[in-house]
Amino acid sequence: MIWEVELIILVFLALSAIVALEVKDMLVAVVMMTIFSFLMALLFIAMGAIDVGFTEAVIGAGVTGILFVVVVFQTSRKSND
Amino acid sequence: MNKPFQTPIVLLGARLLSPYIMLFGWYVIIHGHYSPGGGFQGGALLAASILLIRVAGGRRVAQLQIKEFATTPLAVVGVSIYFAAGLVAVAMGGYFLDYGMLPIPGMDPAWLRYTGILIIEVGIGLAVMAILVMIYDNMVRGEDYG
Repeated sequence: MIWEVELIILVFLALSAIVALEVKDMLVAVVMMTIFSFLMALLFIAMGAIDVGFTEAVIGAGVTGILFVVVVFQTSRKSND
Repeated sequence: MNKPFQTPIVLLGARLLSPYIMLFGWYVIIHGHYSPGGGFQGGALLAASILLIRVAGGRRVAQLQIKEFATTPLAVVGVSIYFAAGLVAVAMGGYFLDYGMLPIPGMDPAWLRYTGILIIEVGIGLAVMAILVMIYDNMVRGEDYG
């Protein structure tokens, strides 16, 4: 693959990971995790691992995003006790 | 789930998108034995199409598509297809999952292996879809989300 495209993907990968770690709102962190997974899938496909990239795109960007959203909505930031 | 506002546009978009995701999931399962993809990825795509409707529509709409009690039997059916294909090969005198020994008449062993992988991938896809939907249902149970 063209190395400039890979460089751009890597920069956005690092940015999304840092934002997911540092942001206060949990929903934004979940969306950033989804973006991280999708960029990771793009990199896997660029490295030739089509099957791994496909699995990462389906599971990381699809199903775990929904499950994380459910967890975020079922928990509260402050504990009740 | 707590909902700050309710709009029918989200459900409309999910209803538009869900059948195509499901069709693509079946495409991935059916073409899984000679191209990237397979039972797990296709099953996860099927689960994603069902979870999209469940997230967008809430409990009442979700029950119209696949009911909550139907997920466990679907998973059992999928695992049974996998083990039946393996154990029939054992009963015909081969090893476990030895597709060349499957008793389908009129096929040479190469086509038997081709078909056998297809059969177990349909089973794996059904099991993965049912288990992922079951995980979601168990996570939201007890919470009035629609």
